Amino acid sequence: MSELLDLNLVEASEALKNKKISSLELTKAYLKSISDTSSLGAYLEIVEDKAISMAKESDKKLINGTARPLEGIPIGIKDMFCTKDIKTTASSKILENFIPTYESTVTQNLWNDGAVILGKLSCDEFAMGSSNETAAKGNVINPWLKNKKMSPGGSSGGSAAAVASRSALAATGTDTGGSIRQPAAFCGITGLKPTYGRCSRWGIVAFSSSLDQAGPLTRTVSDAALMLNSMAGYDQKDSTSANLKMPDLMDYLDKGIKGKKIGIPKEYTQDGISEEIVKFYEKSIDLLKDEGAEIIPVSLPHTKYALPAYYIIAPAEASSNLARYDGVRYGARQEASSLDEMYELTRGNGFGDEVKRRIMIGTYVLSSGYYDAYYLKAQKVRRLIKEDFENVYKQVNYILTPSTPTTSFELGKKQDPLTMYLNDIFTVPASLAGLPGISLPVGLDNSGLPIGIQLIANSFDEPGLISTARVLEKNAGFNFIADGAAK
Amino acid sequence: MPNKDTIVDVPTVNKIARLCRLDIPEVNKESLTNDLNNILGFVAQLDEVDTSNVEPLASVTGHKLPLRSDDVNDGNIEDLVLKNAPESSSGFFVVPKVIE
Repeated sequence: MSELLDLNLVEASEALKNKKISSLELTKAYLKSISDTSSLGAYLEIVEDKAISMAKESDKKLINGTARPLEGIPIGIKDMFCTKDIKTTASSKILENFIPTYESTVTQNLWNDGAVILGKLSCDEFAMGSSNETAAKGNVINPWLKNKKMSPGGSSGGSAAAVASRSALAATGTDTGGSIRQPAAFCGITGLKPTYGRCSRWGIVAFSSSLDQAGPLTRTVSDAALMLNSMAGYDQKDSTSANLKMPDLMDYLDKGIKGKKIGIPKEYTQDGISEEIVKFYEKSIDLLKDEGAEIIPVSLPHTKYALPAYYIIAPAEASSNLARYDGVRYGARQEASSLDEMYELTRGNGFGDEVKRRIMIGTYVLSSGYYDAYYLKAQKVRRLIKEDFENVYKQVNYILTPSTPTTSFELGKKQDPLTMYLNDIFTVPASLAGLPGISLPVGLDNSGLPIGIQLIANSFDEPGLISTARVLEKNAGFNFIADGAAK
Repeated sequence: MPNKDTIVDVPTVNKIARLCRLDIPEVNKESLTNDLNNILGFVAQLDEVDTSNVEPLASVTGHKLPLRSDDVNDGNIEDLVLKNAPESSSGFFVVPKVIE
């Protein structure tokens, strides 16, 4: 059992293709893992029968030589992706009984490439949160530090916890302001947010449409490359989908970084960042330098304003997107005597506190008299942030930053909303600029919690992002396994 | 943006809640008002940025929204459309009575 779980995605894929293992035994090992780690609360829905039948189907293809790129690989899906005939709740009470009649493009791409679904993974409600604590069905627990209940991060907390606890070989996530990269950092795994437009948003529960982007959470950089190869692609059904072919990322794993220029933005080592993270950040800079990269100090002067701009733009778009939950066409309904009262009670009962706060903020900043002062202002600042990156990419190929200002924190410690928002301070700028970013683990802090480092590339340079991340990964040599992982 | 301390009060919160059709229980209004003021106070730091000659950025893609031909590509899926409706009847969504 343990040998099966020891294989990462790329290794498992090799073993399947060489017929050393079968998808059925691999899938069964993961289903057992899910049950062994169920106290973490990563899964909202487990689809055992479907997993078994997909695995058997994959085994046939592996035997008759028609295996596809992810043939027989058991994965978990964040509950933001609509999955046909499988409950999809976005971790919200308002969607607690929603069973989509269609499949999201990204998940369909994964099934078309042979992946096997294990189940649906918890997240913050409508992907709004950085600790997985806003999920209607409660926390997910970080598999690190078994003696304490630590946050897996959010919003893709279930996805990160599942991969780190070896109850999924890989998982999908969505990232609006850091929701793939921050939980990946907290759980000691790799999380990649592609360029805006790389992955279709069709069939993903909408939060903030100008920022939402799907991506993989995996054990390694190569695993992320293999997953993204399948997830990405042009889709006519998403008007913002990029009509650009992505090269096979597996061809870029070992390109190295000799002669590449890495920018170190001075704005990312401000007050409040953990000293241990700074130490590992500096070590990562040295590692890249030793591998032949040129290290160049750069400045992204509007970094400080990214978070405030984000907390206008994202709630504004969310308030509009979430207007669809009206108790009429789908989702829960609270009965009432008038239509207006039905809307108000349905939404008041169905949404959690964080979602309500964001709908309120979004409605306020879009309302007559405040639109220019808040919303347009934020969109102007967003342009300045994007221009900061454009200027820096004239001098460098990649930017290296810490992924988060701190490592994971304990669950249930009441935090005010603003303190929680600060978790995303290093991930939000790249989101606003639509740039691809990856977080990968480089070490553990004194209490044994993982530390993540973020690389940001220019638009559509996922190949270069993968090459660079691989160099850092190899040299950092992070090979720890979470205490709470399945054995 | 308005003065940081008095951005929204409870009557304003009631008005916003009405605009977005959210029932907020009376007991939660004060803490919600506080939270909103904290968040709006935080975002007000954007006032420091000179944006006088900056065009707003709504989308990072830079491409024009594509048009597709206006073809019927599905249909006869009434059952699927209504499948998740809290209440439906004779092929329609049902809502509380709106005309007396």
